[in-house]
Amino acid sequence: MQQKSCPSSVKPTDTAILAQVTKLASPYKGKEDMLIQVLKKVQTVVGHSSISKDVAIVVAEAMDIPLINVYEVASFYSMFATTPRGKNVIRVCKSAPCHVKGAAEVMEAISKALGVQFGETTPDEKFTLETCECLGICAVSPAMMINDDVYGELTPEKAVEIIKNY
Amino acid sequence: MRLLLGFGSCGLAAGALTVSESMQKVLADTNLQLTLVGCNGMCFAEPLLQVIDDAGENYYYGNLNEDIASNIAKALLAGQIPQQNLLMQDANDFLAPQTRVALAHCGLIDPENIEEYLWVGGYTALKKAVLMNLEEIIAEVKLSGLRGRGGAGFPTWLKWQNTRLAPGKEKFLICNADEGDPGAFMDRSLLESDPHSVIEGMVIAARAIGATQGIIYVRREYPLAVKRIGKAILQAKNKGFLGDNICGSDFNFNLRLVQGAGAFICGEETALIASLSGKRGMPTFKPPYPSERGYHDLPTNINNVETFANIAWIINNGGLSFGDLSNDENSGTKVFALTGKIKRGGLVEVPLGTTFSKVIYEIGGGLKNGKEAKAIQIGGPSGGCLPGKLLSTLKINYEELASVGAIMGSGGLVVMDDSTCMVDIARFFMAFNKDESCGRCTPCRIGMVRLEELLTEICQGQGKEEYIPFLETLGKHVKSTSLCGLGNSAPNPLLTTMRYFPEEYAAHIKEKRCPALKCQALLDYSIDEEKCTGCGQCFKVCSAGAISGMRKQAYHIDSSLCIKCGMCQSSCLFDAVKISSKGVAM
Repeated sequence: MQQKSCPSSVKPTDTAILAQVTKLASPYKGKEDMLIQVLKKVQTVVGHSSISKDVAIVVAEAMDIPLINVYEVASFYSMFATTPRGKNVIRVCKSAPCHVKGAAEVMEAISKALGVQFGETTPDEKFTLETCECLGICAVSPAMMINDDVYGELTPEKAVEIIKNY
Repeated sequence: MRLLLGFGSCGLAAGALTVSESMQKVLADTNLQLTLVGCNGMCFAEPLLQVIDDAGENYYYGNLNEDIASNIAKALLAGQIPQQNLLMQDANDFLAPQTRVALAHCGLIDPENIEEYLWVGGYTALKKAVLMNLEEIIAEVKLSGLRGRGGAGFPTWLKWQNTRLAPGKEKFLICNADEGDPGAFMDRSLLESDPHSVIEGMVIAARAIGATQGIIYVRREYPLAVKRIGKAILQAKNKGFLGDNICGSDFNFNLRLVQGAGAFICGEETALIASLSGKRGMPTFKPPYPSERGYHDLPTNINNVETFANIAWIINNGGLSFGDLSNDENSGTKVFALTGKIKRGGLVEVPLGTTFSKVIYEIGGGLKNGKEAKAIQIGGPSGGCLPGKLLSTLKINYEELASVGAIMGSGGLVVMDDSTCMVDIARFFMAFNKDESCGRCTPCRIGMVRLEELLTEICQGQGKEEYIPFLETLGKHVKSTSLCGLGNSAPNPLLTTMRYFPEEYAAHIKEKRCPALKCQALLDYSIDEEKCTGCGQCFKVCSAGAISGMRKQAYHIDSSLCIKCGMCQSSCLFDAVKISSKGVAM
């Protein structure tokens, strides 16, 4: 179970965004089944900020389900962020094939180049560093995914070069 | 002539997009067309072009870049088969020993074009199946001996029969494409390279169990697979292979795609159903099995992607022929994702009963540096690490693997050499399973944390001898007292490495030594005076002040001050910093 911190300390979400969230979630009133799919859309609306407490409240009210259910789901799946992320999310694969082929060195180089640790966001909010599970391109490991773009055959130098393009 | 360029995730990550652009530039407005296909399994050679000439002869060009690709395109236009020296020499060594059923069309057809699937005989099995009665379909699958390819190996026909006979007027069908095992990418490749074969298998299964609705649950880390399967569903609907009155019969089946949200545990079937219901992916107690009460409380049949990909073949060729593919009591073939320190890594499909050494040394070409395999890790984080000496006799067989403490799993096969530390690998998998534990059962939630902590201490040279029996007891407790498959198997990597590599644990604990030179805290850094040029780079980066010396003379590391951060080694341009693990005198 990955630990995620309580989202209550986050600054309030823009009311225009909250209105959009309501619009997104309302058609699914009473359909708890659709919660994950709704949150996925919500995540794109709130952009690189997060499903914070005020967003979760709006979703819960619009779908008419308990707030705890929304928070439970938002905090469980790695795709949802309950704390703000940077504009670009860099996810380095930490699974076994990448591990034996030098993912640790790649992570060290990225972390050094951006000056933050994994799990953190750069002060300019441009990058968030995360590890992720297997991306399934193990034959060209070590691998990473920046937003939805996948990169393979990384070396510490190559990884840092790629990041410069963002 | 057909020009097939690998356009799966592996190919794209290796640069297939720029290769295709440079070829398209040359081929534009000519009668030669580039077909963008999925992956033919030779991920080690991506970006990869396969040329099939008019006589049906195959030519493979691997590890392409823009320039080589553009030259190849020019030569092909001029009517020549491009230079011999660009041809891959080992493509046949990799492909010839394989038997391909599930992967039969992967890399040979355009996955985004249903016409190509029809051209290779796609949906003929479905046309046959709608004329068969339900018992006949299940009987054929029973004859085939097909077992679930997702890992546990439950007989497929029995699952279907249980769902079909379960009370409830509506039945539901789910394809589990939440492939989360590290090092396993069979399902991704199948969905990206041949999505229609999975859909066809699902429609046949739906007919057999009497389901009218189904879902493919794909994990979120596979955006390309999601795109291609979504496209394939639409195409199949337009052609009447999905929807109402399939192939002109009275049988209706609707299929939709649901994307996961990033949680390994959702590959467990009850957790998957919870996730589909908009909840945390937490497993529930079985029974009731999903075949009795699953999605929306309906009897639900869940099979893995690869299982479905075998169905059309079985209906077309008959169940008995599927059994004949293997020379073993386990029938049919299994796809493996071969990775790690292997020369030719990629997707391999072999008959069950094949020995592991054939897969690793014959098909995979052995290890990269010609070394012997020290160990293989099979079955992902719930599988086991098996020693190299077992490989020549050990067969790919559900029961044999269980007898040596591993599981078949979904098909991840990671090859390791002597630079991999088995204690570190065990620690690594315990950390993975700790992160992915849903937290429901205490033994798994807390036990995994404890196991990881103890292994970390051992890797840092702080292990004590009494840890060994404790690790074993705790590992067994977690296995026997957790609810779902994750907890039941999570300690396997630990227990198998302890069983087969006790000397490595002993070296770490008693001698404070890491034989594989992997555990940083147990390493000794020194400077090779012959190689050292006295440039002083290591001196500059050493934050512990452990390096001393004069410029233009060899530097020296004071091991009592060294914090083993490795900075000197990574900064040395002359490879003069040596690592060893001497340990302490006993």
